[in-house]
Amino acid sequence: MDQVIGNLNGTDFTLGGTLLELSYLLAALFFVIGLKLLSHPETARKGNIYAASGMFLAIITTLLLHKNAQGGGIPPANIFIILGALGVGSVIGWIMALRIKMTAMPQMVSFYNATGGAASALVALLEFPNADMNNMGSVLVTILGLVIGSIAFSGSMVAYGKLDGKVGDIFSGMMKYVNIFLLLVVVAISVFIMTSGQTPEQLNWAIYLLLAVSLIYGVMFVMPIGGADMPVVISLLNSLTGIAATMAGFIYNNQAMILGGILVGAAGTILTILMCNAMNRSLLNVIIGAFGGGGASSGKDQVGDMKEITMSDASILLSYSKSVVIVPGYGLAVAQAQHACHELDVILSGKGVNVRYAIHPVAGRMPGHMNVLLAEADVPYNQLFEMDSINPDMPNTDVVMVIGANDVVNPAAITDPGSPIAGMPIINAHLAKNIIVMKRGRGRGYAGIENELFFDAKTRLLFGDAKNTLQNLVSEIKSL
Amino acid sequence: MEQILVYFFTYKEAIFIIALSVFLGIEVISHVPSVLHTPLMSGANAISGVIIIGGIILVGHSDASKLSLELVLGIFAIIFATLNVVGGFVVTDRMLEMFKKKKK
Repeated sequence: MDQVIGNLNGTDFTLGGTLLELSYLLAALFFVIGLKLLSHPETARKGNIYAASGMFLAIITTLLLHKNAQGGGIPPANIFIILGALGVGSVIGWIMALRIKMTAMPQMVSFYNATGGAASALVALLEFPNADMNNMGSVLVTILGLVIGSIAFSGSMVAYGKLDGKVGDIFSGMMKYVNIFLLLVVVAISVFIMTSGQTPEQLNWAIYLLLAVSLIYGVMFVMPIGGADMPVVISLLNSLTGIAATMAGFIYNNQAMILGGILVGAAGTILTILMCNAMNRSLLNVIIGAFGGGGASSGKDQVGDMKEITMSDASILLSYSKSVVIVPGYGLAVAQAQHACHELDVILSGKGVNVRYAIHPVAGRMPGHMNVLLAEADVPYNQLFEMDSINPDMPNTDVVMVIGANDVVNPAAITDPGSPIAGMPIINAHLAKNIIVMKRGRGRGYAGIENELFFDAKTRLLFGDAKNTLQNLVSEIKSL
Repeated sequence: MEQILVYFFTYKEAIFIIALSVFLGIEVISHVPSVLHTPLMSGANAISGVIIIGGIILVGHSDASKLSLELVLGIFAIIFATLNVVGGFVVTDRMLEMFKKKKK
């Protein structure tokens, strides 16, 4: 493997080194093909395996073939340590991934994203002492890897905490200015490090300060963002982690890292934009104009009452309908009610009712979250309809059942131009003949605005935990 | 400024790769149905764990004879990145498995 097989611009290169680069090329191709396959339902699973194989290949060849600048390979003792670390990470990661409930998927993805960001930040931090201070570009990529990695880490941890209900939304008008200030500090420290002309040892304090400020910025950046914007933030943080990996790839001039990272960076960015489009909001608006909390105007106050419906009335209404559309939302996920929901759907279908699901692109805490949940509960794929394909059918629908969804069925998005969600496409539940809403309480939705649908003359409410309510409803229908 | 240009020239291949990969990434993803957004995000997230290569190179060439802060942090970098990679791919597979089941 150490055999010299050629010479490029005065530098000898070995068989091993060439094979390593070839394996990186192969890994990069696997990433691209994997992503491509991942974006089609039929091939998605294969795509995931392709991408994983590419990663596995790159890890193995790096371990076996990587040489440092002096041409020394990785010593056996280090290989042993690395294999240990890989083993520990794999076992923990695998167990966590198998144990996590489908409803908690968004926070899991956030958590993994945080670990990726942390790894990038650590690598950049540890490589800083080796940076060539006379080469501004090399210092710049190290700093960017550190800053972006830290922001992705602390931001994702906050997102994880919020999705898991451990951290609440904190919003204040001041935060916008604090965040701008923190960003300026990050830039100032970075410029100082790049231009001071000091050695990395002398700048040690500055790099740790930069790390600290970046971590704080990550926290402050995600803290005020809540509710419906969460998916966008996760996707954005995901693309940041990719970019951080690319920067670290520059430190080692490693093509697999550069390409893998930037692919995720680009894909994450486009996914972020697609989600923003689904909500009819701009990315800037999401980042600065945090939804919810005290930030936005709360819309007009509603007059009138929410009218409740009894279990038996609801079961009769549903049983004697021709067509029922279920609109699931985050409340369904929280209550783990997907199985109960499917039970209801089966029993109604058995009575000849046409049951369909209307999936809003941003229902839940992640795009496609509802699809994953309902798939887990064995709801057939052909019963799930996207917003645009089911909306025209709404006026012919006998009953729309809204389960734990709120903002995605709020007609204010269409009728009230002053509403914070104005212009967001919604499922036109208000056009149906009857509407049954399952809600935990009388509170507002995640966007913090009143929903006039709940006060509509055609609307009846069933209060309580979605799972219990659905189970009661099922037994009620059975006893009819 | 001159240093940045020198850097660009030194790494011009990599920078070309980046510029083109951005379009590649956008092109590959842009027609994805919203059903697949979550698995796709999770799969892409796992790919961003490619930083694991950096961790391996870092620990691979550091002095393993004594337990330094660098070594410990490097080991943590590998563990974190592995979590990202293994957890990410396994979780994605679990999600996609559910879609698969439906088709039969």
